[in-house]
Amino acid sequence: MIGAFIDGPLWYFSLTVFLLGVAWRLAGIVRRGVAADLAPARGDAARGALRTIFTRALPRRPVLHGGRVQMIAGYLFHLGLLVLLLFAQPHVDFYAERIAGFGWSTLPHWGFILASEIAFAGLILLWIYRVMNPVTRLLSGFGDHVASLLVFMVMFSGCLALGQSHEALRLLHLFLAELLLLYFPFSSLMHTFTFVLSRGYTGAAMARKGVNA
Amino acid sequence: MSERIERAREEMSKQVDGKVAAYFSSCVRCGLCAEACHFHVETNDPRFAPIYKLEPMRKVWRREQTLGGRLSGFFSSRDELREEDFAEWEELVYDSCNLCGRCSMVCPLGIDLAYMLRRQRSAFAVAGYVPEGMRTALQRTLELGSPMGVSLKTIDATLEQVEKRCGLKVPVDRKGAEYMTIFSSMEVVNFPEYIESLALIFDAAGLSWTLSSRAFEATNAGIQVGDNAAAREIVERIVSAAEELGVRYVISPECGHAYTAIRWEGPNLIGRPYRFEVVHILELLDRLQRDGRLQIGSRSDRPMTLHDPCQIVRRGGVVDPPRHLLAAVASGFVEMRDHGTMNWCCGGGGGVSANERAEQLRLRVFKRKKRQLDELGVDTLVTACANCRIVLEEGLEHYEMDTEVISLTELIAVHLK
Repeated sequence: MIGAFIDGPLWYFSLTVFLLGVAWRLAGIVRRGVAADLAPARGDAARGALRTIFTRALPRRPVLHGGRVQMIAGYLFHLGLLVLLLFAQPHVDFYAERIAGFGWSTLPHWGFILASEIAFAGLILLWIYRVMNPVTRLLSGFGDHVASLLVFMVMFSGCLALGQSHEALRLLHLFLAELLLLYFPFSSLMHTFTFVLSRGYTGAAMARKGVNA
Repeated sequence: MSERIERAREEMSKQVDGKVAAYFSSCVRCGLCAEACHFHVETNDPRFAPIYKLEPMRKVWRREQTLGGRLSGFFSSRDELREEDFAEWEELVYDSCNLCGRCSMVCPLGIDLAYMLRRQRSAFAVAGYVPEGMRTALQRTLELGSPMGVSLKTIDATLEQVEKRCGLKVPVDRKGAEYMTIFSSMEVVNFPEYIESLALIFDAAGLSWTLSSRAFEATNAGIQVGDNAAAREIVERIVSAAEELGVRYVISPECGHAYTAIRWEGPNLIGRPYRFEVVHILELLDRLQRDGRLQIGSRSDRPMTLHDPCQIVRRGGVVDPPRHLLAAVASGFVEMRDHGTMNWCCGGGGGVSANERAEQLRLRVFKRKKRQLDELGVDTLVTACANCRIVLEEGLEHYEMDTEVISLTELIAVHLK
């Protein structure tokens, strides 16, 4: 019965909260608006926005030394997680069945394991850095640790459920993923979407001034 | 909560626009911005992480823009912006931030921290939590016309000296001139050679120019403090004088914050575009040189490097002109390791040089600039900002370094044909 609840109503509920919550947060940002810049532009804002949206994904040389742990761990975690989410066989099957109605090529088993290990290494490194480094320790709030913990638990339960031999483990993984979806719009995990806005705004403003940001 | 703090809270809320909301929503508290801030890297004080300096503003955003903040607001006042926050953060907001924007260039989420820090200062100004030195500089600007108390009499006396030395007449209030020049009072008081250089260069280039007796001060202490009404008034003085004289261009002087104020913030402060164009002196010199109106007659082979003023280069977009000009007059020009849009601030920007309380901290973080110069081993440092120049000179003297600081405009004037 609990299984049916997790597989059915709770899934739809968490997905709805996630979608509405994300839309509400994004609408809140857009609704606040940004005043039109009356200073004559030196460069093209749209081009600058587009450029910065992509180039800020690359490491910035001036902080390569001091920020190497965050940067390396950040790449490991995000790339590993992206591969897992988009190309792991169980996930693709799930999307095909529940959302998209079609599937796509998936990773071989060894690729799945490798991506998981990379993502785990990145996440654990990021969290250790968060609690050990004086700056990130000072900056981090309860919500940041909750987000890290939830993502870790979802990934860990996903590994446990990898064999797909125990239904309970699959349900545990789904349940934790649903909790993550519920928490997502109210947390810093929103950067998954808002990074486009923040990089875009800065890229546009700086490009107007003639600076490649 | 007192009425003043309530107004400051409202101002903070007003400053949280869509950009700020996107920035706070994106921040993952990674702390990378701290690695770009000289106040942090030279002291290792975690409170100097740029994003931490924005905690008061973040409080307001969280309470108004997030569900968690709204819900917790019903049960607790923990997240409410209080007078203690202004008192505690005043030092972080004014003493340990040059608004240099280096942090804004490295954030992986693209957060423009300098933009937010500038806006946050507006609420601090309303709350009355502004360092004494900056407050009095603003007061002098509003009452006397200049943060250093430079009056029309001082200008007249300086111009008389300049005219005597260079043998040229400096035009004042000449209607129909093409260019109107404004100065930073530091140039008038400490570096009148800059005015002399302008007279020589403009004469050589055959430029039609003038000064205005109504608006000669270019710096804008209102922007540094965050007092937008005062900032608007200061910009309006220049705009009204320029439009009355009917000039086509206003020349922003060798002063970084003056350039940001008049070129980028000014039209937004007064709520309309100007009826003239603002050009930075380095842009103008570069343009004149490319057009063949500025003839260089000699070159220096002294090894020299360039200190990029943050508000002219990183926040102002005048990146290439100083390099073109230096290449034309100095064969020994070498770049610092971090230069251009990633230069390190002199430490005096954002009003810090006017804030006596911050002097020891400013000299401490100057070690970053010292290291840059030690790496190159040059004995001449060229810059294009009077404020940078005085701060650099103080820092060099403090660390007993034998480096000469010169102005790029003055260097060009020396090498005129």
